[in-house]
Amino acid sequence: MSHDFAPLPDLPPPGTTVGVIGWLRRNLFSNTINSALTLFAIYLLSTLLPPLFNWLFFKADWIGDSRDACTSGGACWVFVSARFSTFMYGFFPDNETWRINLIFIALIACMVPLFIEGFRHKVKLGLFVIFVFPIFGFILLFGGVFGLEQTETSQWGGLTLTLLLASVGCVAALPLGIMLALGRQATNMPAVKSMCVLFIEFWRGVPLITVLFMSSVMLPLFLPEGVSFDKLLRALIGITLFQSAYIAEVVRGGLQAIPKGQYEAADALGLSYWKKMGLIVLPQAMKIVIPGIVNTFIALFKDTTLVIIVGLLDVLGMVQNALNDPNWLGYSTEGYVFTAFVFWIFCFSMSRYSQSLERKLHTGHKR
Amino acid sequence: MADASSERETPAKPRLLSDPKFRALVFQIIASITVAAFIFFIVRNTLHNMESRGISTGFGFLDRVSGFGILQSLIEYNETSTYGRTFVVGLLNTILVSVLGVFFATIIGFIMGVLRLSSNWLISKLAATYIEIFRNIPLLLQIFFWYYAIGFNLPGPRQAMSVGESLFLSNRGLYLPAPVFESGFMATGLAIIGSIVAVIFLARWARKRFEATGQLFHTVYASLAILILVPALVFFASGSPMHLDYPSLQGFNFQGGVVVIPELFALVLALSIYTAAFIAETVRSGIQAVSHGQTEAASALGLRPSWTLRLVVIPQAMRVIIPPLTSQYLNLTKNSSLAAAIGYPDLVAVFAGTTLNQTGQAVEIIAITMSVYLVLSLVISIFMNWYNAKMALRER
Repeated sequence: MSHDFAPLPDLPPPGTTVGVIGWLRRNLFSNTINSALTLFAIYLLSTLLPPLFNWLFFKADWIGDSRDACTSGGACWVFVSARFSTFMYGFFPDNETWRINLIFIALIACMVPLFIEGFRHKVKLGLFVIFVFPIFGFILLFGGVFGLEQTETSQWGGLTLTLLLASVGCVAALPLGIMLALGRQATNMPAVKSMCVLFIEFWRGVPLITVLFMSSVMLPLFLPEGVSFDKLLRALIGITLFQSAYIAEVVRGGLQAIPKGQYEAADALGLSYWKKMGLIVLPQAMKIVIPGIVNTFIALFKDTTLVIIVGLLDVLGMVQNALNDPNWLGYSTEGYVFTAFVFWIFCFSMSRYSQSLERKLHTGHKR
Repeated sequence: MADASSERETPAKPRLLSDPKFRALVFQIIASITVAAFIFFIVRNTLHNMESRGISTGFGFLDRVSGFGILQSLIEYNETSTYGRTFVVGLLNTILVSVLGVFFATIIGFIMGVLRLSSNWLISKLAATYIEIFRNIPLLLQIFFWYYAIGFNLPGPRQAMSVGESLFLSNRGLYLPAPVFESGFMATGLAIIGSIVAVIFLARWARKRFEATGQLFHTVYASLAILILVPALVFFASGSPMHLDYPSLQGFNFQGGVVVIPELFALVLALSIYTAAFIAETVRSGIQAVSHGQTEAASALGLRPSWTLRLVVIPQAMRVIIPPLTSQYLNLTKNSSLAAAIGYPDLVAVFAGTTLNQTGQAVEIIAITMSVYLVLSLVISIFMNWYNAKMALRER
């Protein structure tokens, strides 16, 4: 007398815990305070967002070439489109801007394989981008050889100058920063160590703006009579010294993260100091400090806007310059929103990249 | 045989050049000489260049009359003051901006960091949006935005936005009521100092009792009561010897009250919003660093949620938060030098800017300015290291 045990089918979960309603209850209205906060946030968004979007997009003027086209009361993006080439290329001669475009396209073409999983020659390509590419870029930008028309550094400006300052500053600071980090770790050489500590702490303790002031007014005094540097080069020297101190601290973090056994093993093999560092420690350390270096690069990229103070016109400088044009008075908000958007795109994507890299490299180096 | 074994026991002395100590010494001597030669080269060039350009040296210029006015000054200052006084005015303005910035950035940053971790999806996403927008836009751009795009477009004094007819925001700045102290205010002042001392002793006593008996004492409520009630009682008992001076519209501008000039307003706003975005991330990661097991253990012990937060989560999170918070405060102080870009009279603007242009003594002025920032950085890191050591884990 056996009868099969047939359980009833499962009841569906209560309707208030699943689906859209369940999600809403869990995430927006879980208790009184949360409900109040949600309602307040919705009220805030519904009063702020529609006028904002209207101004930004729906009521904005997009087409035209003078301020007469801006009649609808929203943002006047005509200002940005009319001045777009100065914002990007500065005062670079109009028929030579292809050179800047070419540099960017070549750079992107070189960078793409670096992001491809399983590409075999990443290190070689990376070294090429850091050490050989700048020469190619400089020749294209400056000209004067291979039949290229020579340009003045005062013609360089806009986003080109921003990217130039940040990337040259960072790349030039890299070797110096590594040497400083190694010097700071050299416990058996107190004199070298203290010089490195002094150098690093000095540059980290002062604001970039005073560094730029220093490089523009004091550097000419430091040089022998008759030798003078270009304004851009002076700013670059200041930025490089400043940035090297920050990179040194990042690299030091990487050196400290390498287990002591690696150093000892290298010593046991009888490697000299430079072989130990160059073949064993630095390759491992540099790998884990890449996210940190990207972060300092982002900070430097934002800080390059300060070169306005010493009279160089980066992308923000070009916008400020355009705002003083009597034909375009009163469009400062549009100018700043556009510049903010440009910077945001660069910084946000780089910080996302650095975060994903950090997650990827997280394994195997924690002690 | 005997010779061979003794040879093996005393290995040949290594050559001097392969001795690591000797090599380190030689390398250090070479490095020191190179640096010294480089410094000598620079100093010689500088002296020669200054001589040939007719720039005088020394700090004598600090006693000369400056001859220019300054927009905002915390101490007495006019055109007949010396460059030395200009320096002090600039330094005080820099400290003012930094202190205000640190204060507001800490408040906004902690609120945003906590909201970022809220279980409320909408609130958490709004906080994330705030953080991601403001920390990825250059500070100088934000200062320009608040100063030129927003500040210049505020209504004039006649149409000023006001809160309760005492706070006025216009394109001339923010006007606030100013407290005016009368003769009998001394007693209240003493009462305030006395109650602060009392609160410090109370906190010490409460801590000792907690460590001895485990009984908690509500220091926060008791301190608030002492801090507010005692001075208030003394204040009213002595016949309210203070009144507020409200700003009022006269002619084309406001009279009376204290004014926060637009430059200061824009600068503090931009600095606090920018730095707060970084502080919020610091706070978020600090709180997330406290493992969930700690909260669970606390509730298993029967601690109330508010006690869990106060006694378990916050003390552990603070340890993670303080070191990066210190560097954010340092960054804010250094970033306050961007004041020069919108003409707020901070140290860089009045000293490394105007004074440098007038006297031409670049070396001295830049050296003084840089050492001021170095000293400020040092003071902040010493203070925060002391606080960190106080909060650090005491392993038993």
